[in-house]
Amino acid sequence: MRPFTFERATTPEEAVSAYAAQPHARFLAGGTNLVDLMKLGVETPEHLIDVSKLPLNEIEPTPDGGLRVGANVRNSDLAAHPSVCRGYPALSQALLSGASGQLRNQATTGGNLLQRTRCPYFQDLTAPCNKREPGSGCSAVRGVNRDMAVLGHSEHCVATHPSDMAVALAAYDAEVEVLGPEGVRTVPVAAFHRLPGDTPQRDTVLRPGELISHLTLPPVPAGARAAYRKARDRASYAFALASAAVVVALDGAGTVRHATLAFGGLAHRPWRARTAEEALIGSRAEPQSFARAVDAELEAARPLSDNAFKVPLARSVAVHLLTTLTARADDTPNSAAGI
Amino acid sequence: MIPQRTATSSTVTLHVNDTAHTVTVDHRTTLLDVLREQLDLTGSKKGCDHGQCGACTVLLEGRRANSCLLLAVAHDGAHLTTVEGLGDEERPHPLQQAFHERDAFQCGYCTPGQIVSGVGMLCEAAEGHPSHATPGSVLQRATGAPAELDRDEIRERMSGNICRCGAYPHIVEALEDVTEQTLRRTDGAARRTEGVSA
Repeated sequence: MRPFTFERATTPEEAVSAYAAQPHARFLAGGTNLVDLMKLGVETPEHLIDVSKLPLNEIEPTPDGGLRVGANVRNSDLAAHPSVCRGYPALSQALLSGASGQLRNQATTGGNLLQRTRCPYFQDLTAPCNKREPGSGCSAVRGVNRDMAVLGHSEHCVATHPSDMAVALAAYDAEVEVLGPEGVRTVPVAAFHRLPGDTPQRDTVLRPGELISHLTLPPVPAGARAAYRKARDRASYAFALASAAVVVALDGAGTVRHATLAFGGLAHRPWRARTAEEALIGSRAEPQSFARAVDAELEAARPLSDNAFKVPLARSVAVHLLTTLTARADDTPNSAAGI
Repeated sequence: MIPQRTATSSTVTLHVNDTAHTVTVDHRTTLLDVLREQLDLTGSKKGCDHGQCGACTVLLEGRRANSCLLLAVAHDGAHLTTVEGLGDEERPHPLQQAFHERDAFQCGYCTPGQIVSGVGMLCEAAEGHPSHATPGSVLQRATGAPAELDRDEIRERMSGNICRCGAYPHIVEALEDVTEQTLRRTDGAARRTEGVSA
């Protein structure tokens, strides 16, 4: 690890100013990913600005019935908060399916969104990687690519985004609030992470020196049910091979009137399945129509040499989730029961 | 004007097992390395040094965390409990006693991390935290009541602690033996002395 200087910011504005004065800086919050990447030599900041003590720890209701979450709220606290468990169960489930108890206690909401890919070539300084060293090439595209992307990837990068939380947030239409040198702006979570294109070194649309301050969750449509489901190589403490978050509501006649679906483990960002959603809305709530909608989305998949299995896996995760969530009309609304 | 920072080391105070230690650390130093190299508290183990194995688990402000991923410079004033602070040979912590009675280890390298993680995990459950093993219907009721820990719950909640010897069956039994009431009594006292609210 390279030596670095250090300061602790006491207000978000002070943190943003500190970055402007130290361009080779990184913001440090929980550190569960950044410190690891510094040990590996992937991240080599000259200066750390500690933002972990900023007063961004609140989970508050918004006037319209949503929820506003401070960037420093720990993953374990967000997952266990009664308003999240009751109102946004897919978010709780996504958080609880990620990492370990120790890591969730330390990792923050903002940091979870900003975690880097776990592509082994990205973490290996001896291997070419366009994300780590632009122009050096992609080792994964024709290398060991079982865990890599099947949607939205490019010749330059086939990495996936590892967050479970972000997938649920994308399905709930959450927004990211960021503070930068030019003030505050908001970005939908579904548009916060980028596709790699020919600039895979940029994971997100965040501009240099911008700091995530909050997340905002809009109110969930009345009567909607939601859940997160994750397929992985072992029962716990593993990244998703494929995962899905669904928020779905039916009308009295068993027709889908609201549906959002986001996939994890398939792309460089949480994959909002807009094509599937369009097909779902107005269709009968039955497995055949769910399968048709999900298939329409996954037609765009372009698997690599070792990961064709992800397409049917994602299909079955999503169809099962939709089927389970719409199967029992007598459940409580916004239910995660049985998932 | 923000002053330019030039120092790459700092002096910090850490409250470890109710004792304050003031140490000067290179900014690159983790809490795990301070504990082991500067404070001679070698109970916390360095396994993977990347937050994956859990051998370095400590309680930070009463909550379990991987000390190998915590920079000491960012934790000036922090309160830590290590395995040495849970108990000793004369007065072992109930979970240490249970590990002994259940023979819940083989080589023993992961054991301090397992025990500290177990203490943290039982507190989380007592505070009503759900887990991935918690059924959706229970999760959504969010009553705040203590979580009931069956074997699936214990295994899920302890998945951040790897045992290369595979002593998991006895580790789970040791955790089952220690009731929430026992832990609340002993760890609640430890927390109060640290000034940490539950």
